[in-house]
Order: sequence, then structure tokens, then C-alpha cells
Amino acid sequence: MKGRWRSLAATLASVPITLFGLVLVTFLIGRVMPIDPVLAIVGDRAPMDVVERTRLELGLDKPLPVQFAIYVNNLLHGDLGRSVMTSNTVWADIARFFPATLELATLAILMAMLIGVPLGVLAAVRQGTRTDQAIRVICLAGHSVPIFVLALVSLLLFYATLGWAPGPGRQSVAYEDMVTPVTGLLSIDSLIAGDYGAFRDAVAHMLQPAGVLAYFSMAYIARMTRAFMLDALHGEYVTTARAKGLSPLRVIWRHAFGNISVRLVTVIALTYAGLLEGAVVTETVFSWPGLGQYLTVSLLNADMNAVLGATLVVGLTYLVFNLLADALYRLMDPRVR
Amino acid sequence: MLTRRAVLASTAATPFLSYAAFADTPKDVLVMGKQIDDLISLDPAEVFEFSGSEIVDNCYERLIRPNPDKPTEVIGALAESWTVSEDGLTYTFKIKPGRKFASGNPVTAEDAAFSLQRAVKLNKSPAFIITQFGFTKENADARIRATDPATLVLTVAEKQAPSFLFYCLSATVGAVVDKAVTMSHAQGDDLGTGWLKSASAGSGVWVLRSWKPSESVVLEPNPNGPQAPKLKRVLIRHVPDPSAQFLQLKQGDIDIARNLSPDQIKAAVAAPDAFTLSAATRSYIMYLGMNTKNPNLAKPAVRQAIKWALDYDGIQKNIVPTTYKVHQSFVPEGFPGAIDDQPFRRDVAKAKALLAEAGLPDGFEITLDHAATQPTADIAQAIQANLADIGIKVKLISGEGRAVLTKIRARQHEMSISNWGSDYFDPHSNAETFNINTDNGENSRQRTSAWRVSWLDKDLSDRAIAAVKETDQAKRIAEYQSMQRDSQQRSPFAMMLQNIETAVMRKNVHGFVVAPLADTTSYVNTYKT
Repeated sequence: MKGRWRSLAATLASVPITLFGLVLVTFLIGRVMPIDPVLAIVGDRAPMDVVERTRLELGLDKPLPVQFAIYVNNLLHGDLGRSVMTSNTVWADIARFFPATLELATLAILMAMLIGVPLGVLAAVRQGTRTDQAIRVICLAGHSVPIFVLALVSLLLFYATLGWAPGPGRQSVAYEDMVTPVTGLLSIDSLIAGDYGAFRDAVAHMLQPAGVLAYFSMAYIARMTRAFMLDALHGEYVTTARAKGLSPLRVIWRHAFGNISVRLVTVIALTYAGLLEGAVVTETVFSWPGLGQYLTVSLLNADMNAVLGATLVVGLTYLVFNLLADALYRLMDPRVR
Repeated sequence: MLTRRAVLASTAATPFLSYAAFADTPKDVLVMGKQIDDLISLDPAEVFEFSGSEIVDNCYERLIRPNPDKPTEVIGALAESWTVSEDGLTYTFKIKPGRKFASGNPVTAEDAAFSLQRAVKLNKSPAFIITQFGFTKENADARIRATDPATLVLTVAEKQAPSFLFYCLSATVGAVVDKAVTMSHAQGDDLGTGWLKSASAGSGVWVLRSWKPSESVVLEPNPNGPQAPKLKRVLIRHVPDPSAQFLQLKQGDIDIARNLSPDQIKAAVAAPDAFTLSAATRSYIMYLGMNTKNPNLAKPAVRQAIKWALDYDGIQKNIVPTTYKVHQSFVPEGFPGAIDDQPFRRDVAKAKALLAEAGLPDGFEITLDHAATQPTADIAQAIQANLADIGIKVKLISGEGRAVLTKIRARQHEMSISNWGSDYFDPHSNAETFNINTDNGENSRQRTSAWRVSWLDKDLSDRAIAAVKETDQAKRIAEYQSMQRDSQQRSPFAMMLQNIETAVMRKNVHGFVVAPLADTTSYVNTYKT
């Protein structure tokens, strides 16, 4: 018991160190990038005095360690600085872009999990049969087709040809600006506002990009589930359970699956964390104003405050999910318990 | 068997399956798909990007603007009349009576003075368009004055061509903002810019209702505007991917697509029952810059050889048939003083002879920096192939646009594919950057495009400085034309292409025109049937 707490404490202690490392590396990358950050702010045409003044304002004339110390000091005071591109504080930007990603990633991981896990189990149980092969082909496509192709084909099919799904964007024109943001999650906000039409519209807009992301993640989850299940199904305790005359369903779901669920939680949690980083390509094709797009556009504009802020959020998300997976692992695994 | 679960599931799915039924946009709302992630501000004193200028020009008016039918002249917008003093230093503008801002406040000379002083004091990117007449933070209040509610008096530092000042005042930075409203939102000494970045306080046809960066811009009619638009709302949506723009246009989710690729424009042209197009040249010029720091490029004959080796027509026809046209001089077509001379065409024998004359019959090796995006990357490859034919081995260095620009600004490149868009509607904007270089040193204060290729041609530099002071408009125009012809032969710029902007719209959209350079793209006459 004592050892468990100690290891948890050690994991927690590693968080600030990891975050510090992340900030340091991102900061250095930002400074060695061959793009002049002043250029991003004042543009190509600004006279020299404006260029020089801006360089001073940004503190770019100071030595690198001093610049870093200033940034970290501001960070510790909760100040991520201002984004050049949007002229908002980076906090405000993240508060606007992150919920869009969160909404999409959550729906995607739910879809991926609900389809991927049963598929993986089925493939393992029917190992070597046509079902297994069919599932393998489906997963292979999800894993190997570039996501922008998936996204464009999906748009072409479900939006342009069949007309089943709405097009790119987070909401239809009719609902633009109609819902007051509370959480930033459009689906939740529209429910809070009691606007069922807007809610339906928001969810409909999410289904397609979430579906594309889910397909991609589902392929991975199904493959991992299959591998774990095969491992478990060959275990002696499964043979014993079968010998005892338990029903096949009970053997599969209770005995075998129960044993792999711990490892599966880790896989799903990390996949979810990966989705929360923002999916640049999917977000671009579906005009989804999420974190991935924000991060990429900021990086190409040398908008370093925005890049650092967004990277921190991504890093933090990853760490939190790692910790969560770790905690769940401890909770679910009877041996650790 | 019909289970309860199946019924529930199919009921839940039904609304999504029938989605197309309500996809069309409302009749009184115009939805435009556009790449607007270059927008960093919608404050007229700060905005300097194409997408931003277009929006600001729809929300504000300027004192004067070029006459779209005769670009060598200007006409009044908010100004009724104007005079220039004998010594050419004092300009007096009379403001039209009865004009109102969106707030209901009358437009006065005080507002006009405030707007220009504000641009000077904030000193953001476009401020130089105004400050080049000698206005500074310190003297702005004294030299830009409203002597009464209808009279604005500007005192410039030295005598220059009046048309030069007029064209500069017609730039977006010359927009007249509502002083009372703007200052009521001022914080500290920011002159209201924190607020005006994402709001509007103008007298134009539209008011800015909202701007969500990288997402959308919404405009609504100004109740006090000069003309009532036919639409109730204009929604500009950020659609970064051209393919997605085209799909949405086909489906009717957007009415106008602004950033289609050449292939998609071709497909739209092939479907005249579904789409109409509007196109106009933009002031963007694409050119091959040759840094004369490189000893080979310093030789005029080598530069001539390169200009004769390029296949201008082939590049235009094969790579950018609908989005660029061949243009070989530094003033863009559509500007006062533009010429359409095309002295260069591909002539390999002549180019080789010129190389031999320069003492380099076997060619040489050189690098070419270019942006990795299309069509620049394809054009770079075409240039590489063209120059290989005369023995010049080009090594391509592709990079992110701003990284390439950073390198060029530091003069660390040999050759580059560059773009230049004019800052304001006057030939001086381009004459200055492509000719004026008075200090070729590393610490020069004036880093024009000529400086960036380490090129100092005293004759052309002096003539560009003189032309802007020429008060006889006809003489001034003639001088720019003659400078362009000399520059074509002597400069290290192989001017190649001029950008064409094409908007593709659905058949039911009318009255939307991509404006020629002398005008601004306005949404006032647009309507849907």
C-alpha cells in the first residue's frame, strides 16, 4: 500500500519536470526556426523603426536564457502572453479552440471504442476465419489510408453525393452566432440554451469529422484488442473456465475480456489523448477551428506564444491521461489492488 | 424482427439522413467561403492583408478614391472637394454634408483628422503610407487639423505630386473612423485599437457584427450607410481547403468560393449552368529575384541571359492558366502608368550567346529559394528546367513562405521567387521598392526589394525619387513608363506573372464583382434569386 502511494507521488513529481522540459524544447525550437518572429507581427513592409521597436517589445534583443526566464516567470504567473495572429491572449484562444477539439475527440473516441473493441474481440474469437480477415481488411484501410483521403472521400460520399451529412464547419449558417458560448462545446451550449435545432445541427456537423477520426482510431483499438484477446484466450484460466462448462459468452467477456480490460484502458486513454492534440488534417478539411489548426497556423506564422501555449496544453493533456490510465490501472488490476 | 432498440436507433438517425433538405443558405444571407486566417486585425490603422482590407473597405469610407472608370483620376468619397496651395504643401478637403456613421454621429472633418492622426500615432504596419508625407507622432496634431467641422487641412513636409497624396489617402489606412465611438472604447493610450481590431466604427455600407479568428466574419447593413444593401447579412466563412470550398459551393452551403485552385476554376468554367465567375487582376507580381552579391548575377549579360531563357508563356499556360497572366514590368496592370510591353520570350540561342558574352559559355551553378506551396513550387521547377537548357544548374531550396522571406530580407539567397503586392494605388509603391536604393550597406534603413538583391542603380533610384515629386500628372506617368522599360533591361528582376483573382459563384448570386485594382470589392449590389 505504502509503495503504491510512493510510486504515485513519484509519477506526480515527474509532471512539472516533464512540462518544464517540454517548454524548454518548444522554446528553443521556436527560437532556432528560420522565421523572424517580428516579420509575423509587423509584416514585410514595415519601416525599420517599427521592426526595431517590435523586436525590443518582444524582448528578442535579450540573450536566450533571459528570454526563457522571462517566459517561464510569466508562465508561473499564469500569463501565456498574447497571440500575434488573433491579437487575443493565448488563454482566450485556447479556451475557444480547445473545446472544439475536445468535442470532436470525445465523440470520436466513443465511436472508436464502441466499434473497435467488439470488432477486436470478434476477430480474436473467430481467429483465422473469414470474419477475422474481413475485420483485418477494414482495420488495415483505417490504418494505412492517409487521413486526408479518408476525410475528402467521406465528404464527397456523405456530403456531396448522398447528402446525408452537412458540410465542413461547426454549424450551419442558420445557427451562426445564435448560441451563446458557455462551455465552448457547441453541443452542450445549445442544450443549455434549450435550442434543440442548434443541438441537432451541431451534432450533425460533428458526426463526419468524428467518424473519420474514429475510423482511424478504431483500427488501432481493434487491432490491439484482438492481440490482447488472443493472448488471453490462450491462457490456462480460459481453458479451465471452458472445462468447467461455462457458456462461451461468459468465458469470452467475463474471463478473457475482464483480464485484458486493464491494458485496453491504457490504449484507449492514450488514443484519446492523441485525438485531443488536435487532428490538423481532419480539422483543415472540415474547416474545424480546433487546436490542431491553431497550432499549425501559429507555427507557420512564427507566433511563438501561441505555439508554446498550445503545446503546453497538449503536453498537459497527455500527462493527465497518462496519470489517469495509471490510476485506472491500479484500480482495476486486482494484483496491484 | 422489429425490436424497440431498432426503432429507437432508426428514429434517432432519421434527422441526419435528411440533412440535405435544409442545407441551402437563406436568400438574404450571402455566404462566402474564403481563406481568412491571414486576418490579424480589422482596425483600419492596422489592417494590411488582402482579406482584411476588403472587409474594412466595406465598412468604412475614405476621403477620396480612384475613379474606377479612369484610374488616373481620383473622385470624392467622403470629401466633396479639395484644393492644393500654391507652394504644394497645404491640402484642404471639404467634407460632404449630411453623412453619418453607423452610430448616427455625423461625419466631420474632426473625425477625418482623428483617423489620420491615429494611424500616425499607432504607427502600425500600414502607417508609412501616411507618414511618408512627413507626419510624425509629434507633429501629427499640428499638421493634420480640422479647422471647422467641414474642413480638413493637411500640411505635408515637402512638395510632392498631389496625385501621390491622393492615392495614398485612398488606401485602407485612410479610412475615416468615428472618433467618439472609438475613443469611448480606448484603454490607456491605445486610441481604441484593442476594441477596433474586432469591431467597426465607420460610415460604409456594412458594420462588422463579429469576427472569430480562423472561423468567420459577419457583416450586417449600416442603417446610416450611403446605400442600403440588398442583403441582410454577409457571412464570410474560413474554409482553408480549396476542395472543401468547391464541394460546399456545389452543395449550396456557400454562395461564393474565393480560393479555388486552377483545376477547380476550370471545372467551374465547364459548368456554366451552375456557376458564374468574376475575375480581375490583383496587384500581386511574381518575379525571379537575382541577388547581385553573387558575382555571376552581378553581370548584366547573365541577367539578360536568364530573362531570355525563361519560358513565360509556357509557365503561364501550363501551370497557372486561370490564376496568373504574363506581366513583365514592375507596375501592375490596372495601375496608372502601367505598360504591357513584353520584351522577353524564350530564346535559348540568344540566352546562350549572352552567357558566352559574359564569359560563362558553360553556365554555372546557382541556388533558387522558393516557397514550398503551389503554384510556386511548380514554377520553380519550370525555371530550373529552362535554365538547365542554357547550362545554368539550379539547385532548388524550398521552404515555408515566411522562412524564405526571412532569408531574402537578410540577403542570404542567390536567386528567389518572390511576390510583391502594391501597398497603395500609386505607381510609386512599386517604383520605390524595385528601384530606390540609396545605401547598399548591410545596415541600410531602407530595405527595398532593390536592396534585397544588393542592386544599386543610381540613375533609376534618382529617377524614382524625382518622379514622385513631379506635379504634372502626364509627365509623371510618362516617367514611370520610361523607367519600367529601362528596368526591364537592367534590373536583376525577371518580372514574370501577375495574379488574377477569380471568384466562382452559384448561378443565383448576382451583382458580385471582383473589383479591378482601382476599386474595392464591394458587397453592396450583391443579391440572390
